[in-house]
Order: sequence, then C-alpha cells, then structure tokens
Amino acid sequence: MKPARERVAGSVANFVDERVGAAKFLKKNLNKVFPDHWSFMLGEIALYSFIILLLSGTFLTFWFVPSQEELIYNGSYVPLKGIQMSAAYASTLDISFDIRGGMLMRQVHHWAALLFLAAMVAHLMRVFFTGAFRKPRELNWILGVGLLTLGIVEGFLGYSLPDDLLSGTGIRIAEAILQAIPVVGTYAAFFAFGGAFPGLVFIPRIYTVHVLLIPGIILGLITVHLMLVWYQKHTQYPGPGRTEKNVVGYPLMPVYMAKAGGFFFIVFGVTAFLGAVASINPIWVFGPYTPTQISAGSQPDWYMGWLDGLVRMSPPLESYIFNHTISWNILIPGLIVPGIMFTGMALWPFIEAWATGDKREHNLLDRPRNAPTRTAVGVMSLTFTVVALINGGNDIIATHFSFTINQIMWATRISIFVLPPLSYVITKRICLALQRADRDLVLHGRETGRLVMLPHGEFVEIHEELSPEEAWTRTSHEQLAPIPAAGIDANGVRANGVLKDRIRARISKGILQEQIAKPTAKEKLELGDGHH
Amino acid sequence: MRKLSRLRRRKITAPALLLLALVIVGNAYAFIGATVTTPGATASNARSTMVTEGREIFLRGCSSCHGLNAEGGGVAPSLVGVGAASVDFQVGTGRMPMADMSVQAIRKPSRYTAAETAALAEYVASLAPGPAIPGAAQLTFERDGNTAEGGELFRTNCAMCHNAAGQGGALTQGKQAPSLMGVEPRHIYEAMITGPQSMPVFGDKAITPQEKLSIIKWIKSVENEKGLGGASLGKVGPVTEGLMGWVGGIGLLIAISVWLATKSR
Amino acid sequence: MSNTELEPLKDPGLPAHAHRKADHDEVAAKRAERQVSILFLLSAAGTILFIYSYIWIAQDIYVYLPVIGTTNAHQLFLGLGLAFSLFFIGAGAVHWAKTLMPDQEVIAQRHEMRSSDEDRAGFIATVKENGASAGLGRRTLIKRTLGLSLGLVGLSPLLLLRDLGPLPSDDLTKTSWAEGVHLVTDPGNRRLRPEDLEIGAVAHVLPEMKHPEHRKLDDIAKDALLLIRIRPEEFRLDAEKLSWTYQGIIAFSKICSHMGCAVALYEQQTKHLLCPCHQSTFDVPTGAKVIFGPAARPLPQLAIKVNAEGFLVAAAPFNQPVGPSFWERRK
Repeated sequence: MKPARERVAGSVANFVDERVGAAKFLKKNLNKVFPDHWSFMLGEIALYSFIILLLSGTFLTFWFVPSQEELIYNGSYVPLKGIQMSAAYASTLDISFDIRGGMLMRQVHHWAALLFLAAMVAHLMRVFFTGAFRKPRELNWILGVGLLTLGIVEGFLGYSLPDDLLSGTGIRIAEAILQAIPVVGTYAAFFAFGGAFPGLVFIPRIYTVHVLLIPGIILGLITVHLMLVWYQKHTQYPGPGRTEKNVVGYPLMPVYMAKAGGFFFIVFGVTAFLGAVASINPIWVFGPYTPTQISAGSQPDWYMGWLDGLVRMSPPLESYIFNHTISWNILIPGLIVPGIMFTGMALWPFIEAWATGDKREHNLLDRPRNAPTRTAVGVMSLTFTVVALINGGNDIIATHFSFTINQIMWATRISIFVLPPLSYVITKRICLALQRADRDLVLHGRETGRLVMLPHGEFVEIHEELSPEEAWTRTSHEQLAPIPAAGIDANGVRANGVLKDRIRARISKGILQEQIAKPTAKEKLELGDGHH
Repeated sequence: MRKLSRLRRRKITAPALLLLALVIVGNAYAFIGATVTTPGATASNARSTMVTEGREIFLRGCSSCHGLNAEGGGVAPSLVGVGAASVDFQVGTGRMPMADMSVQAIRKPSRYTAAETAALAEYVASLAPGPAIPGAAQLTFERDGNTAEGGELFRTNCAMCHNAAGQGGALTQGKQAPSLMGVEPRHIYEAMITGPQSMPVFGDKAITPQEKLSIIKWIKSVENEKGLGGASLGKVGPVTEGLMGWVGGIGLLIAISVWLATKSR
Repeated sequence: MSNTELEPLKDPGLPAHAHRKADHDEVAAKRAERQVSILFLLSAAGTILFIYSYIWIAQDIYVYLPVIGTTNAHQLFLGLGLAFSLFFIGAGAVHWAKTLMPDQEVIAQRHEMRSSDEDRAGFIATVKENGASAGLGRRTLIKRTLGLSLGLVGLSPLLLLRDLGPLPSDDLTKTSWAEGVHLVTDPGNRRLRPEDLEIGAVAHVLPEMKHPEHRKLDDIAKDALLLIRIRPEEFRLDAEKLSWTYQGIIAFSKICSHMGCAVALYEQQTKHLLCPCHQSTFDVPTGAKVIFGPAARPLPQLAIKVNAEGFLVAAAPFNQPVGPSFWERRK
C-alpha cells in the first residue's frame, strides 16, 4: 500500500496527464541539462526582479490614484499638510505613510526596478562579451535588446507616476524631447499630453501603459526569450568534455529547480532588505510637482542618467530652416545617438557574422580575450555610456568631490570622443596580452617560485605544467583566418574586386589578423614536459 | 593653515599698529566728547563703546581686505550699508574672515566670540544704515511659522540652489549653495535679508517676515526628520540610489551567484 | 604547413566526478541537513518578525541603528522580517541543492537547429500545395484587394488616436501676460512695487489672477517669471530691451529655453542664471544670453513697467514663445 501522500500526488498527476498529456513532455524535460556558472544567473536576476515588480506593483495599484486632479493634502505627513497637490502624489504619500507596509512595498518596487535594469545590462554584457548572441541565438539577442529598451521606458514611466517634483521635471524634459521632433513633434506632444504641458491626462495615460501595456509586452517577450533558451539549450563555457555538440550541467530536476527556485527567494530577499534599510525616491522630500519649482541635483534614475548626461554635454546647436526650428541640442543626444547605439546593438550579431564570415552555429562561449575586437567594441561602448553617465550626475559629483560643473562638463565633452577609442585600443592590447599569457602558460607551465640550481651552477625556476584540463580550456577556441580579399586568385593576381567585398576583407583582416597563435599539440610536444 | 593665518597677521601688523595709535587717540577724543556733550546717555555710550571695540577688531582682522574704512578693496566688497545682519551672518557662521582666496567663503567655526561679533556688527552698522540682526522677538518661527507653507516657499525660492531637502547643490564655476542642515535660525534669516555671496536678496515684500519664519520652521523640520524609509543615502536623489543598486544590489547578488554556482566539497 | 602541425591539444574529456564529503560521510550529510533546516527556521523567524512588526510595532516608533541612523521601526522591521523570510528559504534551498542533491554533472547532446533537408523540402511542398489549392497564385484580383484592405485597416486605429489631444494652435506661443497685468509673488499672490526689490534681490512671480486658487499648472508652465534687480548701469542691452526693464529690474521667463525646467538659480555676484537640469548658464546683464551649456537661445524677456498706482505690471506680452523649441517656432 502506497502512502497517502503518494496516492494523492498520483491521482493529481493522472488527472492532468489525461487532459494535457504532460507526462511525455515532462519526462523528456525534467532531465533537461543546464550548465552552471555564476554569470548565467544575471538573466535570472532580471527575470526575478520582474516578477517582484509585478507582485509589488500590483500591491501599489490597490491604493495609487492615477489622476492629476488637484486636491488639498490632509494625510499624516505633517510638512505637506494643507498643500495643493495632484491625487497621484497624495495617494503615493498615503501609500508611504498611511498604509502599513506601503512604504516597504514602494521601496521594494523601486529597488526591484533598479535591479531589473541593472541585471538586464549585466546580462547583456555577459552575453555580448562571451559571444552568446552568435548563431543560432541572434533572435534572442534582438528580443533582449527589445526587452532592455522596454525596461528603460517602463522604468521612466514608473519614475514619472508619483507626480512629485522630480518626476514632473522628468516628464517636462520628455515632453521637450517629443516637441523637438521635426515636423510632427508638436502634434505628438499635444496628443500625448492632451494639450499643452502638463495638462490633466498624462499620468492616467501613462499609468495604463505602465501597469498594463508594457508589462504585458515584456511578459510576452520574456516568455519567448525563455522558450528559445529552453529550445536551443543553454550555451556553456569551454572546458574539458564540453563541445559545440553537447551541454554539460545539472538536470532540471532536482538540482536546477532547487537552485533557480531558491535564487528567486534570494533575489526577493535582497530586494526586500534594500527596501527595509535604504530609502529610495523619498517623494515627500521633493514635494508635489509644479512647473515653477525645481530642486538642485535633479536627476533621472541611473538607466536614464547616461541620456541626461549626453543632453547636458551637448553643444548649444539649433538651426532655423524656412521658419522652422530644429533643436539639434535635443535631437542628437536625446534621439539620434541612442537610436544609433540601440540599432547597432540589435544588429551586432549580423554585423559580426558578416565581418568574420563565420555563419556556423556556436554553443560554446568565447573567452572574451579570444575575441579581442568584439571585447574592445564592447568596452568602447561601455566607456561611452559611463562617461555620459558621469556627466549625468555632474552636479552631485561637483559638490561631493570639489570639482566645478564646468570642469566635469568639459572633461566629459572631451572624454566622450577620446576615451572610447582609447579604451578600444587598450582593451585589444590587453586581450592579446592575455592570449600571449595563455600561450606561455600552456607551453611553459605555471611559475612556482621555487628555484633549483643545476649541476653547472645555473639557477632555474621550476615551472609546473598545467593540467590537461586547464591546457584544454585555454586552447580549445578556434582561430579564424581573415576572409581573403575577393577576386585575388591563387597566384595573387587581383581581379576587379567588388568594392563591398574589398571592404569586408579589410574589416575581417582588422578583426582576425591580430591573434596570438594558440599552441599546437606539436609545439607542446617539442617543448617536452615543462623543464624550463 | 596656521602658518597661513600667521602670515596674514604679520602682513597686517604694520598698518594695524599704526592705526592702533590713531584709534586710541580717536577713541579718547570721542569718549571725552561724548561725556561732554551728552552726559548720562549710558545706552548710547555702551553702543559707542561697542562701535569702538568693533572698529578695533575690524582693523585687526578685516581691514587688510575690506579697507581701513570698510570701503572695500580689490578682492573684497565695501561693507558700507551691508548692515549688522550681514556681519553677524558672515562672521557668526565663520565664513569671514576667509581661510583662503577660493571661489567662495565656506561655513566653519567662527573665529570671534559672540561679543566680538556683536561689536563688529555694531561698527559696520554705524557706517551706514542696513539690515539689523533679527532679535529673539523676531525669530518666533516655532510660534508663527507654518511648516507646510514654508515648504512650498522653500521649493519655489530656495530648492533650485539648496536642493529640495536643503542638502545644498552645485552652482557655476565651483561655487556651491551650502547645505542648510544645522544652521542657526538667525543666520538663515540673515542670509535671506542680506543675500550673502552668490545668494540673492529676498526682501520683505517678496517673502514676508512671517513667510521667512515658515521657511525656517520647515528647514528645521527637515533637519529633525528621522529616517522614514531607512538610510537616507544623502538625500541627493537617484545618483546614490543607482550606485547602491549596482553595488549593494547586483554586487551582492553576483556574490551570492558565485556561491550558488561553486561546487560544494 | 601540414594539418598535423596545426593539430590542437587533445580534449581530456569531462573530469572524473569528485565526491563531496556529504556523499560518503554520514556525519557530514547530517550536518548539511541541520544547516539547511536552520536556514529554513531562520526564514520562519523572519515571517514571525514580519507579523509582529505589522501588528505590534506602532508606526511612530523610531530606532537607532549604526550606519542607517535613526529610522522608523515599523517599516524597518517589517522589511527585515520580509527579507529574512524570503532570503533564508532561498539560501536553504540552494544549500540543500549544493550539499545533498546529486551533483554529478551530466552530458546531453545538442542537435543542430536547422531542420533536415527532407523536412525542409516537405515544408516547401506543403506550402506550395496548400497555397495552390487556395488559388493564391492565380487569383490576383483577390490578392490585390486583400492587400489594399489590409493596408487600409491599419488606418482605423491610427485615426482613433486623433482625439488624444487638440491641435497645438497658438497654445505654445501665448501666455497670460498682457499689457497691464500685475506681477504678483509666487506663492503669496501679492503685488510688487519696484522698491520692494533691492539691488541683488530676486522675486518669483506669476501674473495676477482673480482666483489664484484656480490657477492651472498649464498656465504656470508658461507664465512663471523671475524678477531680478541689478544696477541699471550694468545692463548691456540694446535700446529696445533696455526699455523693457525698469530701474534695473528685469523680468525673464523662468521656463528654460532648452527643455523647460525652471531656471531659477540666480547668482547675485556673477549675475548668472543656471538651470539645474542641464546646467545651461545665462548671463543676466546681457539679456540672459547663453554662456554655457546646451541651451541655444536666451530666456525670453518680458517688458515691464510701473502703472499709475506704482505697481509693477507687464508692458506687453512676450514677443516670442516661452519654453523649449518646437518645429513651428520662428526665429
């Protein structure tokens, strides 16, 4: 006789399977293998933060009033009693001070939002630097770029909802960006705001977008994103026994389930901890929004900070054509540069495949050093963003580190052009140096620091040979050859090459020619057993 | 620092000594004259004594920059007509005398005692009429101020420089609007009526005396506000929050991820 | 070079599975089990803390903690309770997985994403066959009209968005300022006389309204004004703009010509106005010319005068739109 528990479980399973035939699917997938690595958890942090956002956000909607109707505040926060404010702001104060756990949930929600964006960016960097976006995962990369974009918009809308002085200032700037779009901008702004800024309808409108439209799209995209990960199987780092054709890791049940499930609670716990101990977006400090007020040190959240930094450093360019104004000082930093960056990011897998001529499937990740050009491009883009981000906080940096705003502004104006190319060059050099170090390590072993005297009096340091596993990890990568210039035949005679092919050959040479040849088995053998 | 101030003292020793003699003579004359012309006017006597003391302090500590008659110099403005309030603010908050020739004077412990500051203020006030030091009878912000109204006034008139929570902020070319936390109510009031350094003047019609009290009351309420949602992170907005999110949030979670993905032994 | 010379090192294969202590040592396994249980119990304690804080810690009690400072006890312990209750469930589960669940790595095979040639051919054949049976190839009229209607159907939802807002008309170019409108303090709504502003003084003002309590944010967003008084001889303005000032008092729109933030940060000594949003710096004596930062235009100046009763009033409406640029804005 089976125990009662097992009987109940059995009958439930039977009920489900007879209706959806889940047993077949689950039997196959409970043994699904997931490779384990800390960097594979970054995407999970993003996913879990999103779930936390849905949960805490739902709680907030029970009390939040998305309305810009004015009222006189009469809640329990004394320094604002009797002040005229919007219902949205007043209800946010109520959530903070009059509903038990409301403050906590607001802070959890906001911290989770910062973590959501930070985790997405960190995940994106991991995927980029390890080349996980390569075929067959280009589509998932594009989904990821889409998710990041939506996440930034969603975060900004959330920051705007409470209608405090800071969020109203943010909306004001967003309206100015809309208004700056040539031809249709003014109309777009008037449609979005139901008239002139700030109007009475913007917050109710973005509320629907914030709680329904964008989260719905994000949820849908995440589902597809995860299904693709499931279907295409996870990538893995190179190592002994790991090939393009297999996946080494732990089965879904029980190890991966326990770890991933447990990690959800860990992420939620850490977010709750932040919400408990660290104040975030103290809207009662900022006061209600009115267009005539402003606070020193008005900043957007960090994921918008780089955009704000670009806007701040922009030169005062505006042109007039046939009685029309074009605000380059808004369009370039606010729309054109970010547009180029995100388009370039989305297309990167195809650009790289085209430039290297590598159109094969890849399931083994690159060590960043083994793809120096890609790594350098990544660091270059990051440098660009970080320089812009620093300028986005220039007033806070100025007061806390005794600089002047003008110094920081000029430093970043110059750095934004100088540092990215410089970081490109340096990163590439570092990658090649690391490749060289790998080669030396594999061929000559690790320096042990132990010296021995040879019979004839010479001192040598004992090198400890790498284990075959370590040596393999450092040499298993492929080194592609540059694409030969089109139209050059075997005798080196140049035919009338197509310009596009010539450019491509040149680019691929730039990317692939500079590599430190990895040690071959023969070299290793010739050097013997590491007696150097 | 000490060396620097010693140097300055030395630099002004010669003129100061010279002037001291003059002052003593002048004082003696004034004293005699006073006793002769208005016998028995003790209040005005006390005041003129303070003026005399203030002048002495002025000649020792301030005249090298502000001029022997407070008429101003190349590096320092004239003090004629700035009033006692201005002196009380600048000297009482330690901004004057300046420690060095930086872009602005900063708040530091005052170099003069309350009595010396009062004497200095009295002297400068005697040069030409100007805003007087608000007395205790004027600073009844606890009774006459309205916190919420003060907050609204503060956000319109002050927050753009001093930040919505009075934490201070950046101005152009390295100048700063200072934090208002821990500033004496009297000094806040004086700053509004005198417009020290970069700060503009807020006259009694633009912001009425009662409104000024409300502003002070609001600043004090912010100062005394306890943490409502945990550590305040400096109340400077999203910059520190973002930093915390990356370091304390993602950083901590990555550390946990490393633990999670490490094989147990 | 022959291929053998370029032959890479050999893959040594997956390393042999190393057993954990808990796998063969019953004592270690018991210890791990205890540790996991303790973590779960800590989570339970967290939940109890949460419940206790919610019900019994009043909302006006404060505690002092190092690093954090004095903070609200209700919110803090509620949060810590929640954090512990969640975190330790996770920590327990992960520790359990790491120490006691099987940790043998397994290998699964991958398959190329590409379908087999057979499947592809079959797919194409099916599409062609089914398409042909539907007459897609032949019935061009149907195809074209369908294309047309599908293209048109997208217009309906677009058109539906039309009533989101009114057309801009002259909303962006008009403010409440007109000749004779009184300048009143913001907040306070008190009229101002020139002598109310000393040299070096500022005042934040709005146009006077009959019912100031009904003042709309839409209006404030265009009307907000900053009055500044400097020494008249310090102005370096053309005759027209100079005539818009009154005895050293000059009025600028407070709405930044860059992105619309309130430009209210006035430095009395340098006579610079700074926008705290993007650090555009305007020079007051030259009519708020941009001397630093991204703004491309000076702040619009409002002509002011003194009326018969001695109050400051507007002498004329703004001669240009206030606030950020837009497409229809003329130079």
